[in-house]
Amino acid sequence: MTNRVMFCVTLFGAAVSTPLTAYRSPLTAQDTVKGKAVYVKWCAGCHGDTGAGDGAAAPAMLPRPRNFTGAVYKIRTTASGQLPTDADLMSAIDEGLPGSAMPAWKARLSEAERRDVIAYIKTFSSFFADTSQHIVPLGFGKEPGGGTSAQAVKTGRSFYDSIGCRKCHGDQGRGDGPSAPTLKDDAGFPIFAADLHQSWRFRGGGRTEDIYRRLRTGLDGTPMPSFSDLIDQKFLTDEELWRLSQYVRSLSPAREPEVRDVIHAPQLGGTLPAAPDDTTWARVDRYWFPLVGQVIRKPRWFAPTVSGVWVQAVHNGRELALRLCWDDRTLSPDTAWLAFERRVLETVASDDSTPPVAGLWPDQVAVQLPRHIPDGMERPYFLMGTGTDPVYQWRWTSEPRRTVAGLARGLEQFDTLGAAPESQAVWDHGEWRVVLTRSLATPDTANELQFVAGRAIPVAFFAWDGSNGEHGSRLAVSTWYFLALDQPTPPRVFVSPVVAMALTLGLGFMVVWRAQRRAGGSRGTGAGVGAGAET
Amino acid sequence: MRKLGSVGVVAVAGSLLTLAIAAWTRQPPAQAGATITGKVKFTGTKPAMPKIDMSEEPKCKAKYPAAPPTEETVVVNPNGTLANVFVYVKAGLPASYKAPAPSGPVTLDQDGCRYHPHAFGIMVGQNLQIKNSDGILHNIKAKGTGTKNRPFNISQPTTMTSTRTFSAPEVMVPLECNVHGWMHAWLGVLPHAFYGVSGADGTFSITGLPPGTYTVEAWHEKYGTQTATVTVSGSETKTADFTFAGK
Ligand code: HEC
Ligand code: HEC
Repeated sequence: MTNRVMFCVTLFGAAVSTPLTAYRSPLTAQDTVKGKAVYVKWCAGCHGDTGAGDGAAAPAMLPRPRNFTGAVYKIRTTASGQLPTDADLMSAIDEGLPGSAMPAWKARLSEAERRDVIAYIKTFSSFFADTSQHIVPLGFGKEPGGGTSAQAVKTGRSFYDSIGCRKCHGDQGRGDGPSAPTLKDDAGFPIFAADLHQSWRFRGGGRTEDIYRRLRTGLDGTPMPSFSDLIDQKFLTDEELWRLSQYVRSLSPAREPEVRDVIHAPQLGGTLPAAPDDTTWARVDRYWFPLVGQVIRKPRWFAPTVSGVWVQAVHNGRELALRLCWDDRTLSPDTAWLAFERRVLETVASDDSTPPVAGLWPDQVAVQLPRHIPDGMERPYFLMGTGTDPVYQWRWTSEPRRTVAGLARGLEQFDTLGAAPESQAVWDHGEWRVVLTRSLATPDTANELQFVAGRAIPVAFFAWDGSNGEHGSRLAVSTWYFLALDQPTPPRVFVSPVVAMALTLGLGFMVVWRAQRRAGGSRGTGAGVGAGAET
Repeated sequence: MRKLGSVGVVAVAGSLLTLAIAAWTRQPPAQAGATITGKVKFTGTKPAMPKIDMSEEPKCKAKYPAAPPTEETVVVNPNGTLANVFVYVKAGLPASYKAPAPSGPVTLDQDGCRYHPHAFGIMVGQNLQIKNSDGILHNIKAKGTGTKNRPFNISQPTTMTSTRTFSAPEVMVPLECNVHGWMHAWLGVLPHAFYGVSGADGTFSITGLPPGTYTVEAWHEKYGTQTATVTVSGSETKTADFTFAGK
C-alpha cells in the first residue's frame, strides 16, 4: 500500500463501500422503516443510535456530528430558527458538509435511500411532527451582475466593515477577530469563525449564492447569525447583501485548489527572493497541498486547524528558495487563545495515557526531504522516517523565530544538524508566509539533500498550530509529493513572464487591428480593443 | 416678571400632570385576586464575579466610568438578598386556565454591552422587543434547548429593534450575544402572567392569582431551583421567602 493510498483510507472511508444490493422503494413515499436500516448502517456510527450526535466516532470530531434530537440545522433555505425543508436536508446529505467529517452521500446511496433516511432522522425530534411549525423557504432573488468588478467588491467590503463581520472573522476574514477565541456552539463546544479565504470548506457550499443564503439564514446552532432582519429594517438592500456575498467570495480562489503532484521551481537569474513579500513571488506558480490530522501514531490528532499549505519554489542554479503560505488564525503562542485551546483539548478525544494540557506552544512548519534523491520509487516512511531510514527536515518555529535542519527518525526523534536554511517569516492577519533558502549543494552530503535540477525530489509538509494545542505528534501532515527544479531553459526560447505578457498583448492588438481592417474600419472597435486587452 | 412667574406655574403644573398620568398608566390595571410576595435571601460566601474587559468596545466601556463592570451570574444586593431570581407559578392552575398574551411587548435592551433585564419573563405569543441601544454590532441568540421553543440568532449592527415571539412555555430560554461572550440573559416563557423576578431589594411579587394551592418555583442560573407550596384565596397576600446558599 502506498502512502497515498493509506491517506485515502480515512477513518471512515473503510466503512464506506458500495452496498451489494441497492433495494428499491417507491420514490414517492418516504419510508421510516427502510430509513432506519440505512441510518443504522451508514449514519449511526457518527450520529449515534438515538440521533443525539454521540456515535462511537463522534468524540474524535470537531465539529461534532449533528444532534438530530433538537432539529437545529445549519444548512437551510428557511429563516433563522425554522426547521429545514426536506430539500435542505437532501442537499446537506447529498453534498455533505465540507470542512467537517460529514461525507457526501449522493454517490453512495440511492435516491430512495436518501429520502428514507431523511424521513427517519426527522423522527428523532418532535418538532417535525408539530404542525404549528412554519417551514417556509425564503425567497432568494438572483445574483446581480458585475460581481467581480472592483466597485462591487468595494461595496461588499464596506458592509463587511459596517456590519462588523470582523468581530468574529477578523479584518481580512481568516477567522481571527477579537471575539473569535470566545466562540462556542449551542452544545458548548468550541467553534471557529470560518476562514473566509477557503470557500471550498464552507459547510453550505462556496458559490456566491451559497454565501448569500447563509447570510440570509444564519447557521443555526452556531454563533453565525442571520442578517435578513437588516434588509427588512433597511440597513442594507438585498443587492448590497449580494455585494457582501460577492466580496466574501472574492477572498477565495476562483476554484477549489486542485492538488498537483509536482512543484515546479523555475530558474531565475540573480538573487532569489528571500523576503516573504518580495514581488517576485506574485509571478511564481503556487501549489496547494492539503494537510490532515496525524492519526497513525499515538497520541493521534483529529482536529488540526491548518488545512493545507501553499508552496512556491524558485532556484537560480546555486540556491533554492521555498515559500510556504498557510492560514493560521493565531500568532502562537497567544494567551488570548489559551482558554479556547483548553476547550479544544477537552472536546477532542485523546488516546494519550495522560490527557493533554493546554500550553503556550509555538506555530511550526516542517519541510521534509529524503537525505538523497532516490533512484527508483523507494522513499523513506512519509511520517518522519524511521530509526534506520531517517529523513532530512527543515523545521521553522514562530517562537523562538528560527529554522533548524535535522534528521528525523520517526515522530519522536529529531537530531539537529549544524547548518540550517535561511528563513524569513511574516504573520499577517491570520496568514503565515515563510521563505526558506538554502544552497543547492552543501558540504554535508551524507545527511543533507543535495538538490539537482531535472530530478524528481520527494517532499512532504507538516504543520502545527500551537494555539490549537498542537505539538509533537499532534500535527497536520501531508504525504510525499515531488519538487522539480526546472533546468535552465535555452536562452532562445526563454521568455520572462513580463516579456510573455507584452508579447501576448501585442499579438492581441495585431489580431484586432487585422480584424478591424478586414471589417473595413470603425465597426466593433470597442469590443475589439477589449478583447485585445484581455488576451 | 409676573408674566414669567405665571408661565412657570403653568409649566410646573403641566409637568406634574404628566408625571401623574405617567405614574397612573404605569400602575397595573386593578387586578382582582391574590398576591404572593417574598424575598430571596442569600447566605454563605458571595462568589467574586470576574471583571469584564470591554476594551474592544470603547462605546460600552465608556458607560462604566467608575469601575469596570463585572459578570452578572450572581448578583447579591447590598441588603444581602439575591437578585435575578425568576419566581413563577409552576403548577396549580386549573387545567382550563387560559390567558391571552398581552398586546404590549416585553423589552430587552442591550445597553453598555449588557442585557437589561438579565432575568425576566414573557408570555407565550407575547412580543419580545429586542433593542440595541449601543449602536454597535450585537447578535442575539436564543438557544434551542431541544423540544420547546425554536432557536434564533439574528444580528443588530446598529441602533435598532427586532421582534420575536416564543410558542411554548419554557423555563428558561438562554439568550446570549456571541460577539460579547459575557452577555447572557435568561427568559422564562409561561402560559400565564404569574411570575416575578427578585430585584435590587431582593423582593418579588406575583399578583392577580385565582384562589388555589400553587407550586411556586424560584429559579437561579447558578444555584438552581427551589419550590414552595402556597395556598391563597380571595385577594389576600401570602409570603413565600426563599434562601439560596453560596457554595
Ligand atoms: C463520518 C461521520 C459522519 C457520518 C458517517 C455521517 N455524518 Fe452526518 N454529520 C457529521 C458531522 C460531523 C456533521 C456536522 C458538521 C457541522 O456541524 O459542520 C454532520 C451533519 C449532518 C447533518 C446536518 C446538516 C445541517 O444542515 O446541519 C445531516 C442532515 C446529516 N449529517 C445526515 C447524515 C446522514 C443521513 C448520514 C448517513 C447517511 C450521515 N449524516 C452520516 C458526520 C457524519
Ligand atoms: C458572532 C460571530 C460571527 C459574526 C458576527 C459573523 N460570523 Fe460568519 N461565522 C461565524 C462562525 C462561528 C462560523 C462557522 C460556523 C460553522 O462552523 O458551522 C461562521 C461562518 C461563516 C461563513 C461560512 C458559511 C458556511 O457555509 O460554512 C461565512 C461565509 C460567513 N460566516 C460570513 C460572515 C459575514 C459576511 C459576516 C458579517 C456580515 C459574518 N459572517 C458575521 C461567526 C460569525
